[in-house]
Amino acid sequence: MKLLLADARIEFSGGRRALDGVALEVARGERVAVIGPSGAGKTSLLRVLGTALRPSAGSVAIDGADPWSLPRSALRRLRARIGAIYQSPPLPPRQRLVTAVLAGRLGAWGFWKGLASLVYPADIAGARAALARLEVSERLFDRCDRLSGGQLQRVGVARALYQRPELILADEPVSSLDPQLADLTVGELNREARSRNVTLVASLHAVDLAMKWFPRIVGLRAGAVQFDCPPMRVSQAMLRDLYATESGEIPTQDYRPLERPQPGPRAASGSQPLCR
Amino acid sequence: MTTAAALAAPRDPALGPRLALTLVALVLLWPAVQIAEFNPLTLLEPKNLSAMARFLGTFFPMALSADFLHLVARSALETLALATAGMALAIALGFPLAIAVSESLSISRIGPARGAWLGPLARAPVRGLLILMRSIPEIVWALLFVRAVGLGPAAGVLAIAINYAGMLGKVYFEIFEAGDTRPARAILESGGGRVNAFFYGVVPVALPEIVSYSVYRWECAIRASVVMGFVGAGGLGQQMELSIRMLNGGEVSTMLVVFLLLVLVADVISALLRKVLR
Repeated sequence: MKLLLADARIEFSGGRRALDGVALEVARGERVAVIGPSGAGKTSLLRVLGTALRPSAGSVAIDGADPWSLPRSALRRLRARIGAIYQSPPLPPRQRLVTAVLAGRLGAWGFWKGLASLVYPADIAGARAALARLEVSERLFDRCDRLSGGQLQRVGVARALYQRPELILADEPVSSLDPQLADLTVGELNREARSRNVTLVASLHAVDLAMKWFPRIVGLRAGAVQFDCPPMRVSQAMLRDLYATESGEIPTQDYRPLERPQPGPRAASGSQPLCR
Repeated sequence: MTTAAALAAPRDPALGPRLALTLVALVLLWPAVQIAEFNPLTLLEPKNLSAMARFLGTFFPMALSADFLHLVARSALETLALATAGMALAIALGFPLAIAVSESLSISRIGPARGAWLGPLARAPVRGLLILMRSIPEIVWALLFVRAVGLGPAAGVLAIAINYAGMLGKVYFEIFEAGDTRPARAILESGGGRVNAFFYGVVPVALPEIVSYSVYRWECAIRASVVMGFVGAGGLGQQMELSIRMLNGGEVSTMLVVFLLLVLVADVISALLRKVLR
């Protein structure tokens, strides 16, 4: 899916601004990591791209069309093609994993197949395969509340993969995973995006993970894009600016020192700090 | 306390509103007690005490003849059937109504989308219908339906169905909204429909509460069916009305014990279901 934001603003009642004029263009099949301090507007940005939040000003276009001027049924079909992954997965505690994963396709299945699948799961093999990619398939018939936070987060990812969307929006998809599983999960998302030419936008807390897996890094601060660069050209100074920490600490997994790829010759010149 | 300490620990801003709310509740309660002419001391006046004792005295000895017990058993079964059939209808009616008025299942609220103002407008008449159904007491519904379908349990079934659907619709809807609404919303946001969002996102969250409230309402329906029996809607109530009219306290007390047993059974079923659904 192709995404275009122009001067998008989100203002909540009370005057708090989550997005303050964001311009962003993402091509089909592109993989983008959004990084930035907490409260920078990462979640709002993803929700605007996922048609869950309507910008109070500015415009959003998905595949060239404004979702908010689509007729109801077209908007629903569009939403069925967008897979969202949440920081805390919205899965009912009493629901079984198989049902939680299959719910990913409700948009595509329609009314009767959705109801029939509650009587007997419509695609046990499919749910199992999706869970297997994230190494939680042996819990297929367990209830969600029997899982640890990290396992649950991976079930949320499995549901989005099972949906087979054309756009994956992942909001801190690995926040409760250890570095090894985080790497597996982000890797799986990237493999999915590459193999099916799916657009992937993920907000990540760990900068090293973003730099390792994504060819494009967007730095968001105070609701505005501070930089939008390939990882090669993201400098230590840009990151320090983004997180504006006095200690100079940049968030990584387990606070490991950030290993950056060797900067190319153009980045060294420093003539274009914002890249795009 | 020094100024520095006062600065370090700011006063809880909730204090003012809480005090005000308590005061308002007390001010509202006082006239209510006055208007209801509630004075607990009148209960303890010797004249009133002996009147109550005389009334309770007529309840003994209990009527335990085989014929009468057989009759009571039949009526109890009828009451149970009446309450159960009424509840089944009420649940079947209440769920769709609750889904219709539920804001967390509104697709146009996401965004909010174009025409989102239509949502509350469409929900308003359904809410009005729910209010109408539950604000008219079941005994009035029963009187109405007795005229339509004649004396007997069928009128009671209909009265319970209508009146209780109004209550269930309102409380189900409140249970849905009080629980975690994110699962349902996530399904709507990925293109799922309202009914599927309900079954995949709301039911697994709210099921224990829905079941426990429904069983409690079933218990209430058993009691209500007695009251409706007084206007000819069958069951134990009709029998009790006869006994009261014939001043047969022993029969009344036997039926009250049967009643107690029925409510006890409802309580046990509720506890069992809650355990199973945990």
